[in-house]
Amino acid sequence: MIEVESIKSALDLARLQQQIRQRRARYRSSISVCGGTGCRAASCLKIRDAISEELAARKLCDTVNLVVTGCHGFCEQGPIVVIRPNNIFYPKVKLKDVPRIIAKSVMEGEPIMELLYRDPITQKSIPCEDDIPFYRQQKRVIFAQNGHISPTNITDYIATGGYSAISKALFEMTPSEIIEEISASELRGRGGGGFATGRKWALCRKSKNPIKYLICNGDEGDPGAFMDRSLLEGNPHAVIEGMLLGAYAIGAEEGFIYVRHEYPLAIKHLETALQAAKEAGLLGDRIMGSNFSFTITPSRGGGAFVCGESTALIASLEGRYPQPSAKYIHTTERGFHRAPTVLNNVETWANVPIIIAKGAANYRRCGSEGNTGTKIFSLVGKINNTGLVEVPMGITLRDIIFKIGAGIPNGKKFKAVQTGGPSGGCLPASQLDLPVDFTALKEAGSMMGSGGMIVMDEDTCMVDVAKYFVEFLYNESCGKCTPCREGLTTALALLKGITEGKGKIEDLEFLEEIAGWLEASSLCALGGSAAYPFISTIKYFRHEYEAHINEGRCEAGVCSALITYSIAPKECNGCGACMKVCPSSAIVGAKKQPHGIEAQACTKCGACIEVCKPKAIIRR
Amino acid sequence: MIEDIFSRYPKKPESLVMILQDIQGAMGYLSEAALERVAEELNLPLAKVYSVASFYRVLKFKPTGKHNVKVCMGTACHVKGAPLILNSVLSKLKIKDGETTDDRKFTVQSVGCIGACAIGPVVEVNEECCGNMTVIKANKLLTRIDKNEKKS
Repeated sequence: MIEVESIKSALDLARLQQQIRQRRARYRSSISVCGGTGCRAASCLKIRDAISEELAARKLCDTVNLVVTGCHGFCEQGPIVVIRPNNIFYPKVKLKDVPRIIAKSVMEGEPIMELLYRDPITQKSIPCEDDIPFYRQQKRVIFAQNGHISPTNITDYIATGGYSAISKALFEMTPSEIIEEISASELRGRGGGGFATGRKWALCRKSKNPIKYLICNGDEGDPGAFMDRSLLEGNPHAVIEGMLLGAYAIGAEEGFIYVRHEYPLAIKHLETALQAAKEAGLLGDRIMGSNFSFTITPSRGGGAFVCGESTALIASLEGRYPQPSAKYIHTTERGFHRAPTVLNNVETWANVPIIIAKGAANYRRCGSEGNTGTKIFSLVGKINNTGLVEVPMGITLRDIIFKIGAGIPNGKKFKAVQTGGPSGGCLPASQLDLPVDFTALKEAGSMMGSGGMIVMDEDTCMVDVAKYFVEFLYNESCGKCTPCREGLTTALALLKGITEGKGKIEDLEFLEEIAGWLEASSLCALGGSAAYPFISTIKYFRHEYEAHINEGRCEAGVCSALITYSIAPKECNGCGACMKVCPSSAIVGAKKQPHGIEAQACTKCGACIEVCKPKAIIRR
Repeated sequence: MIEDIFSRYPKKPESLVMILQDIQGAMGYLSEAALERVAEELNLPLAKVYSVASFYRVLKFKPTGKHNVKVCMGTACHVKGAPLILNSVLSKLKIKDGETTDDRKFTVQSVGCIGACAIGPVVEVNEECCGNMTVIKANKLLTRIDKNEKKS
């Protein structure tokens, strides 16, 4: 272990980096165990312990580096273990295979064929991480270190060149030059709005108020999105370095990171990282021996969706009732404690060190004009490869879903992709060739949002999805402004009616009218965009609404009021499995004889479908 | 215990939400006496403390059960059948969303998104995340916890 002493100059940092790298040279290989939340749910820490024991037994501890890293992104394949330098990738690792993996892959550098990842389409085993289609099509810049470094060890981050951007900024650049560089990179806020980061900073810097604040928004309330969580869990120092650069550029001495209470691991890693940075002289007074001082305080939010809105977040941070306020005056002029404040989200901050270290021109090479760099998406829902993917801006939805995501599982048909969280919309198959960037998604009736990308197949009911989002927003609406509070109440009642077969065709018109009010007169962006989920589904999937209203039919078999469960007597072998699991004892019939379902007792929970081997249960 | 929590944070309104979270973490809920003590400590009106506390769904004013079951209702979990799981868990325990069973063993709450979308549907029991849930798996999970309890 290298003791990190306080860094007092650019030379100190360079020396430390050199020293760490030399120390690491003794390792002939390294084993990286994914320690993201997904893999932890799959007991990856037990795998780590087993590897550690095995290494000790074989006296390999001094030559093999065992690292528990942040999220590798391919969460559904957890627990994931990667053996470097050959990057042999093992998904769904089992305890009993650990000794084999050490013997063969670590000691001999050879892959074990039957344990490798198997491509769901070609059925071929793929040994190397980089050759797996899920990773091959990605461009990992922000996530580059996530699968390599230990988030709780500052030396890992420094060894990969970490904190050299702030060193460069402090000793070679003026604050204005940093803002110019960020502006030239055309970086846009990754939290959803897509506001130009450089412009935001310049506005704040211009303010004459000597006290300025910096906030990192880690609220990530969008259901279906978890990239900020993975960044904070996997590479917290990148976020801290980004904030240091921002603080130096705008002239702030105090910053806050607002993280959701629901992300305990992110908070833990962040707190460890902040402490380590402080001890290394990278946070606090006179950072790296310069005249620049900056502190960061972590703050745990209460996990409300509205707290992702800048003015509500600031209210929450100040300990006030977290309602948004009108933005006649921008937060860059009057924000936290009425002082000028720059607020960016986690992913935006993580982009900053890369731009400063490698230059804006290099950054702009990726993506398209006005939409530069990469974007991280959480690719989830009805898709083969689920997880976090980082892609260059401007890639098409089709490439993400079918090349990286490997399409829809179980031979089902693609129906829609939802982007932008509750403020976004659902796009149908006809829009699959749309480039994924701020402008194109907005034009198609959705939005980039913070990066949730939820894929839906033929078994998803679009009216139900619209109802789901409106219900979410209805629950999360802070209730301050009438359009959002009342508009969502009415819209939810209408959508509930439609899913229960009580809708009228005029309801669709009424919904469109409500959408107009919401957009025109809501106080904050959450209300302003609250209509997107139902407007986009009415636009692209009107026939589903009409089927619910006119025929009382839910084609996807989701809306419980419109479906019944029955058993096809010819298929049923009378095994009784369904009878055992039915919580309401609605299934009747003698052993080895076809069973039946008593409609009145059935709660439509779906447990019987899960267990029915001959697939005799019909949901229609 | 509350005094320990106060000592972790600066005596400012900014600390309010974190203090409330810690008290709930230690005591399971926010009692009236605890809220009064927080108001006094931070020099805030009790009404203000209550208004902030009641805004966040995670903060509770009634004691919760021994095991906290959170059913994730995020979008990814939703399209993969989370509503069915929530309904079956609730009907098994014979309670409504957010309620605690009479024997104080279980509290069930639907939550926005726990950010484990890739392994959805997700059920979290006492902070432990269980992925790829089905109606049956969720029921088995509860039965197992119940049985373990009876053993010990």
